[in-house]
Amino acid sequence: MSTLFDILASAGLWAAVLRIATPLILGTLGALLSERAGVLHLGIEGIMTFGAMIGWLAVYHGADLWTGFLVAALAGAAFGLLHALLTVSLGLSQHVAGLGVTLFAASFAYYVFRMLVPVAGTPPTIVPFQPLDIPGLTAIPFFGPAFFAQTAPTYLAILLAIALGYLLKRTPLGLAIRMTGENPHAAEAQGINPVAVRYGAVIAGSALMGMAGAFLTLSAFNSFFPTMVQGRGWICIALVVFASWRPGRALLGALLFAFFDGVQLRLQPALNGIVPYQLFLMIPYLMSIVALAVMARRARVPQALMQPYRRGER
Amino acid sequence: MSTPLLEIAGVSKRFGANLANDDISLTLAKGEIVALLGENGAGKTTLMSILFGHYVPDAGTVSVDGAVLPPGKPRAAIRAGIGMVHQHFALAPNLTVLENIMTGTEPLWSLSARKGQARAKLAALSARFGLKVDPHARLGDLSVGEQQRVEILKALYNDARILVLDEPTAVLTRAEAEHLFATLKDMARQGLSLIFISHKLDEVMATADRIVVLRGGRKVAERRAAETSKAELAELMVGRTVVRPVREPATPGPVVLEAVGVTLRQSGVDRLKAVDFRLRAGEVLGIIGVSGNGQAELARLLCGTARPTSGDLLLFGKPVGEPGVAGLVEAGIGRVPEDRNKEGAIGDMAVWENAVLERLPRFSRHGLVARKAGMAFAQDIIARFDVRGGGPSTRIRLLSGGNMQKLILGRNLIDRPQILIAAQPARGLDEGAVAAVHERILEARRAGTAVLLISEDLEEVMALADRIQAITGGRLSPPIAAEAADTRTLGLMISGEWTAAKETAHAL
Repeated sequence: MSTLFDILASAGLWAAVLRIATPLILGTLGALLSERAGVLHLGIEGIMTFGAMIGWLAVYHGADLWTGFLVAALAGAAFGLLHALLTVSLGLSQHVAGLGVTLFAASFAYYVFRMLVPVAGTPPTIVPFQPLDIPGLTAIPFFGPAFFAQTAPTYLAILLAIALGYLLKRTPLGLAIRMTGENPHAAEAQGINPVAVRYGAVIAGSALMGMAGAFLTLSAFNSFFPTMVQGRGWICIALVVFASWRPGRALLGALLFAFFDGVQLRLQPALNGIVPYQLFLMIPYLMSIVALAVMARRARVPQALMQPYRRGER
Repeated sequence: MSTPLLEIAGVSKRFGANLANDDISLTLAKGEIVALLGENGAGKTTLMSILFGHYVPDAGTVSVDGAVLPPGKPRAAIRAGIGMVHQHFALAPNLTVLENIMTGTEPLWSLSARKGQARAKLAALSARFGLKVDPHARLGDLSVGEQQRVEILKALYNDARILVLDEPTAVLTRAEAEHLFATLKDMARQGLSLIFISHKLDEVMATADRIVVLRGGRKVAERRAAETSKAELAELMVGRTVVRPVREPATPGPVVLEAVGVTLRQSGVDRLKAVDFRLRAGEVLGIIGVSGNGQAELARLLCGTARPTSGDLLLFGKPVGEPGVAGLVEAGIGRVPEDRNKEGAIGDMAVWENAVLERLPRFSRHGLVARKAGMAFAQDIIARFDVRGGGPSTRIRLLSGGNMQKLILGRNLIDRPQILIAAQPARGLDEGAVAAVHERILEARRAGTAVLLISEDLEEVMALADRIQAITGGRLSPPIAAEAADTRTLGLMISGEWTAAKETAHAL
C-alpha cells in the first residue's frame, strides 16, 4: 500500500481536501442554520447552481471577485425569501417547497446563462481567486502548501463555521433560533417572534448556499456549466444530520467527506485497470452513509423541524 | 379598597359563532390565590390567553397596577409581571433547563449570553420557593413534575408577580399535585398573586382564597372558598345538580378472566410481578395505584398488545394463547385505552371511521369498506350514547374529550362485550362527562359485563368497584371488598402496605 502512503504524504492531497470541502462547509452551514430554526431547506441544490452562475456572470461582466461573491449571496437570499414565504408564511410542505425552489433556481440559472452568454465551443472563463501567500506560514515545508495555500473564501468558510457555532451556542439570538426550531410556541411565550426568526434563518442560510455555489465558479474552477453542482447540495443536507445540527461537527464532516473524495481521486490512476473507477467514486458516499449510520443515531433532531408554525394553534 | 394588582374588565372574545368569553371581569389582589373554575369549553383558557396576550379580545381590557396592557402582546404581559404556566408546557426538550429559562430574556443582538448571572438568579429562585432543579439537565430527561417546575421557574425568572397556571395538575400524580399546591400557597405567602385554572373541586376548595366560576363563556359566580361548598360549586359549574352515579349491590356471575402469577418482563425489568386477579361477570374490579406502577403494562397485556413472560392468563377458563388484538376483540373484550388521543382515536379521521376501525372485517365487503353500514353504526352509537358536537362524518378531534370518550365507550359497549377493560376512563373529563361515563360503565355491569377499571382516582374506584386491588411497583395486592374500603385504607394499599387488607381478602 505504498501508493496510499504516498498519497497521504503529499501536500497536494491536503490542499485539495480543503478546497473540496469549502463549498460543502458553506452549504452545510446554510442548511444547518435553516434547520435549526425548524425549516428543512431542500432548495440548496438549486440555490448553489444559481449562486455559481450569477457570481460567475457578475465577474464575467467586470465585477471584482468579492462583488461576485456578494451577488451570489444576495441571489441566494432572494431564493431564501421565496422558500420562507412558502414554508413559513403559507406553511406548505417543506420537502415539496424546497424541491420546487431547487428545480426553479437550477433551471432559471441555466436560462439566464444561455440568454446572456453566447454559445461557444469552449466555455468562457474568468480569472478566479488565487491562493493566498500568508507570510511565515505558506513557506513552511509540507504544512505550508498543504494547509496555508488556499484561496481567501476557504478561510472565510472556516471562520464562518466557528462564528455560527458561537452564535448558536453562546448568544441570545442563537438561543432564540434553537428555541424556535425546538418549540416555536415556547419561543413565542417568551416574547420571541418565531416567524421573524424563521425568515431570518432561512434567508441567511440561503445566502450561505449562494456563496457555496459561487466558490465553485470563482475559486475552484473558472467557468460555469449547468451541471457543475453535481449533488453537492444533497451531500450538505446529509452532512447536517451527520453533524447532529452542530456547526463544528459540520466543518469536520465536510472535511471528512472531502478527504475521501481527494483520496479517491488520487487512487484512481494508481489502481486503474485493476478496479473499475466507478468503485472509487462511490467511496466518499459510502463512507458518509456509514458515518451517518453510526453518528446520526444519537443525533437530536430539532423537534419542530418541518412543522409549520401557526399562531394560537397547538 | 385599594387598587387590585390585576384587573380584567369586560372581556369578550368570539370565535366564529362561538362566544368563548362574554363580558368577563375579575380582579386579583397581592398575595391572593384565585381559582378559575369551569368545565372544558367554559372559556377559562381563552380568558387566560387574552390575559397573556396570545389573543386580542373583541372588547374589554386587562390592566396591571391600574395601567392598561396593549392587547395581543405577550412581551408586554411578561414585562408587566404576568407569568404563564401552560398546560402543554411551552418548553423545548432538547435544550437545557437553563437555556429554556433564559430564552428571550436578553437583548437578541448582544454578543454573548450571561449564563453565569442567569445560573445564580435561577439558584436563588429555586432556593426561595423550594423548586429544586438541575440547571444543566436536558429538559427532555426530566419527569413531568420537574418540567412543570421549570415552567414555573421560567415565569418567576421573568420577575412575574402574577402567576397563571392552566390546569396545573392535569399531568401530575397525586403526590406531585399535593407538593405543587403547597408550593403555590408558599408563593402567595411570599407576596405573589396566583390564578389557577381547574375543573377539580377538591383542589380548588383546598387551595384557593377566592373562586370564580365560568360557564358557557360567562362568569356565573364568585365565592370565597371559606363560604362555599363542593356541592354548590359543582352545581354552579355544571348549571344543574350533577350526581355521580354509585353502583348498587349485585351478585357477580362466574369468573371470566383470571390471571395466575402473571409476570411481564420488558427490556430486562419485571414490569408486572406474579400478578393474580379474578374478574367475574357483572362486577367491577378496580385496580388502583399511582400511574407508572404497571397499569399501562397490565392494560396492554389484556388488550393483546403484550404477552405474559410467565404465569397464566385464563379467558373463560381457557388459557389465552396468542390471540392478538383482533382475537381479543373477537372474543368479546372491549377496551378503553388510557390515552384516548393517542391510542383511542385517530384525530383526523371521521367519527364513523373511528367507530369501525376495531372491527373492520365486519364493515368490509369485497375488500372495500362498507361506508353506509359504518355510518349507520356510528349514528347508532351517537344516538344511544349521547355523543354531542358532531355527526358521523365530523373529524373526531373536533369533539370534546368527554364526547370522544363516550364514542369510544359506545363502540365497545354497543356489542355488549363480556369484558370491558377501562383504563383511566374519566381522566381529564369535566364533571358532567365523568357522570355520563360512570353511568355507562355501571350500565354495562348491570347487563352482565365484567369490568376491569384501572384508575388513579380513589373516588371513582370507590363509587364504581365491587372489589379493589392496588398496584404498586408491578405487584398487585389481594382484593378487598369495596365496603371495607375508605380513603385511608386505599392510601395505605397504594403505598404498598396491604397487610390490613389481607384479612378482608380472606373473607371473600
